[in-house]
Amino acid sequence: MSGFIPHTPNEVAEMLTFLGIESVDQLFETIPSAIRLSRDSLKLPDSKSEFDVLEELETLAAKNRALGPDFISFAGGGAYDHDIASAIKSLSTRSEFLTAYTPYQPEVAQGVLQALFEYQSLVSRLSGLEISNASLYDGASALVEAINLTVAQSKNGLVWISQGINPAYRQVVNTFANGTGHSIQEIPIRNGSTSWPVENPTLPGTIVIGYPNYLGLLEPMEQIISFAQANDIKLIFAYDPVSMALLRSPGELGADVAIAEGQSFGVGLNFGGPYVGLFSTREKYVRHLPGRLVGETVDSAGQTGYVTTLRTREQDIRREKASSNVCTNQTLIAITTAISMSWLGKSGIQELANRCYSGAEYLKDLLVRIDGVELYSSLPSVREFAVKTKMSSELLVDRMIEEGFLAGVPILEGFESSDVYGSLLVTVTEKRTRAQIDHYASTLERIIR
Amino acid sequence: MTLKHKKPGGKASSAPLMGGKEESTIFEFSSPGRSSATFRETEIPPRNPSQTIPSYYLRDSQLEFPEVSERDLVAHFTRLTHRQFSVDLGAYPLGSCTMKYNPKLADAGSVIPQFANIHPLQPVSTIQGWLELMVTLENYFTEITGMAAATLQPAAGAQGELTGLLIMKAFHEHNKDERKNIIIPDSAHGTNPASVTLSGYTPITVKSNSRGLVDIDALKQLVDKDTAGIMLTNPNTIGLFEEEIVEIAKMVHDVGGLLYYDGANLNAIMGIVRPGDMGFDIVHSNLHKTFATPHGGGGPGSGPVAVSARLAEFLPGPRPTITGRDGTGNPVYGMETPAKSIGRIHSFHGNAMVFVRALAYMMYYGGKGLREVSEIAVLNANWLKKRLSENFPAAHDRVCMHEFVCTAAKLKKDSTVRALDVAKGLLEEGFHSPTVYFPLVVEEALMFEPTETESLQTLESIASAMDKIAEMAKTAEGRGELKSAPKVTPISRLDEARAARNLISTYDASLASTDN
Repeated sequence: MSGFIPHTPNEVAEMLTFLGIESVDQLFETIPSAIRLSRDSLKLPDSKSEFDVLEELETLAAKNRALGPDFISFAGGGAYDHDIASAIKSLSTRSEFLTAYTPYQPEVAQGVLQALFEYQSLVSRLSGLEISNASLYDGASALVEAINLTVAQSKNGLVWISQGINPAYRQVVNTFANGTGHSIQEIPIRNGSTSWPVENPTLPGTIVIGYPNYLGLLEPMEQIISFAQANDIKLIFAYDPVSMALLRSPGELGADVAIAEGQSFGVGLNFGGPYVGLFSTREKYVRHLPGRLVGETVDSAGQTGYVTTLRTREQDIRREKASSNVCTNQTLIAITTAISMSWLGKSGIQELANRCYSGAEYLKDLLVRIDGVELYSSLPSVREFAVKTKMSSELLVDRMIEEGFLAGVPILEGFESSDVYGSLLVTVTEKRTRAQIDHYASTLERIIR
Repeated sequence: MTLKHKKPGGKASSAPLMGGKEESTIFEFSSPGRSSATFRETEIPPRNPSQTIPSYYLRDSQLEFPEVSERDLVAHFTRLTHRQFSVDLGAYPLGSCTMKYNPKLADAGSVIPQFANIHPLQPVSTIQGWLELMVTLENYFTEITGMAAATLQPAAGAQGELTGLLIMKAFHEHNKDERKNIIIPDSAHGTNPASVTLSGYTPITVKSNSRGLVDIDALKQLVDKDTAGIMLTNPNTIGLFEEEIVEIAKMVHDVGGLLYYDGANLNAIMGIVRPGDMGFDIVHSNLHKTFATPHGGGGPGSGPVAVSARLAEFLPGPRPTITGRDGTGNPVYGMETPAKSIGRIHSFHGNAMVFVRALAYMMYYGGKGLREVSEIAVLNANWLKKRLSENFPAAHDRVCMHEFVCTAAKLKKDSTVRALDVAKGLLEEGFHSPTVYFPLVVEEALMFEPTETESLQTLESIASAMDKIAEMAKTAEGRGELKSAPKVTPISRLDEARAARNLISTYDASLASTDN
């Protein structure tokens, strides 16, 4: 046999004899012959050695333009070019984490379960909410699940979602709302902040706020939070986890659910996945939590151990009455972020956020001095901001590629009717040096001139 | 010890472990002021956030992350890995999960820097390799499943199910055809009915017949103009091929319904029969099962969905596609959203690095090799089913596909030893246990899926361990041991009821509970 099939021809023969049959084909006789394929009818290329496969993949990969010293990223928009410590890479690719299944047998899965317990603990400290699940697929799916939870709790299908939420997340929310029937109303952004229609007599059950929003901005929030609380409207915060080192947590500000994309913590850009959706809520909603939850308990000898708990919420037990269909989540990525958050530590997470902030402010000062570039909004930002440029942002990004820069993310789809349409979203991570930022700004100035 | 010294607070990282002692949480290794983190010298002048950010937003106290050295960090997580079973360590015959060996070549493919160091929103001119890879994987996947077009966006099987159901719904709505129900067998995965509810349809259960297959007569009673479609796993979750699939397909198509194929069990049929040829309209696959991408302790998975030609225009977008040719005639790739697309499913393009692994696996095996994979997976399952049959008879004593369900019902009746005890007993013998108590239609179910990567010798040793368990159940002493198993694992049987009753899901909650 070939590849990763260990059987020798003799062993196959021995097994067939044990089964009292003459060929493997006899095992497939329950399949109607009219639809059974003849041997070798799959039109796929012939098998290849490991080395040929890797060479082909490398050839394919070489057709990409990867980020690196000759292609420097100022792009964010939900995926950030951070440094990743070697220790994080080393631990998160250990095969015990990589090649385990979902921890259905806790006695032999304490490694994954305890790492998830620590992940939940860290995410709860980030979000300021007591309960965090063991991860969801990505930021967008976390938002979908958050809305499903708050709609069920408020018994009101109307959702106000700020246009300041990542446009891809909004699209995903709309896709899944076609199934649930929730009514998703996008509330436009003007001058960087959401124009909440608080005078509208039809009140929503849920309000979704970006913190900071997709444009990197901290919008005025006090009023809409009080409005929500006064009218018993559930509040969902879509937050940036790195910024939480500087900012008050969603929980402290009054969120009922807080979700985030966790990619910034030790997860490579990886062309957008696998990433991880962070999901936190208040303890009173724990019985409606989507996804898995790890809890602490003791074994028969009284030792501390961990299990997946409140399992009766989940689809495999509750079936059609389950509030979520999530089974497989993003455990390995969740563990990676837990390792990364622990590597950063108390001082490191603050240093990381400060460096992102300082770099972004440094770049902002350089860019606004350029003729033909202006800041989209004067609202405060943390690590990302939008600029209006006299050259179209798409063309600018294309031209900057030739100069060795991924200049940012053009703000287009999902902002068609907005005053920010056509702007360029720019971010600075701790990876960017002053020399790189100076060079970026001077190149951009030369190109749009 | 006569020397007087002040003991440092906190925990030592090199605490003895191998004796099965508990591992402290990462928080308990903290020592104030310690850190692993280092940063580049950037020469950017630091600024104080309070210069631009109003105090309303600024936190008053620092975020309490652990304060550990890198050495402590590495020691802690490495010790956690010593408390974790994995495919790399041994056989994992967990039914329905296809826990086959995850080839290392796929690991090597997934760390190629020109795949990894790519921002998902880079202009298409800089991601031609990625788009070509995605189109290639979609093509291989549609060939294997016998469908016309595919999306790679869904991040896992359950998300694939919901995506497929939303495509089904969009199709019916486009035809102004209001339908209400999706039919699901009583043996279905729990994700199926949950996904149906989230799609806005109502799940209706069709019962299995005495042969473990969909009861055709019962199905006839359920199929009508309100039927949006049917969701089937084939082979089904009992490991049996739905022999009347062609008739089922006709019955559902005749009333205008569609057929959804849950591809969790695709490992049984690659190169042997294709869902498209069976009559299915929509198929999802779990790349982390059939195509050997590592499961990561519970994800990331990937749940691509393939559809027949008439449903292609409803697929999620944007999709990678060939948009033109360059000067030398080579394809140029771009992203396009189909005309009647149900919309976006993922923040970006799906679990992209999983695509590289799955494609590497498909390339390695080729068409012939994938057929061999399924043949040996099925051979292994049938061999183990027969080998176990004396003590653990199969729920249905017929040829099975890649997995089978046997029952501990008789054992329980004779000895009070339950399926759960058998599972724990198997852990004691060094194997991961099978899936227990699923599917729900079999009493005291033990669902084994050995996969093609386990050798005959491994199967024999699993069977010997099962023999030993059956023997143990015959004596009071043995029964006692089984009911208190496992003992050789890092921790013994856990009090799951306590975890639910007194919920502690964070370290902070744990501290609060200790304080009380």
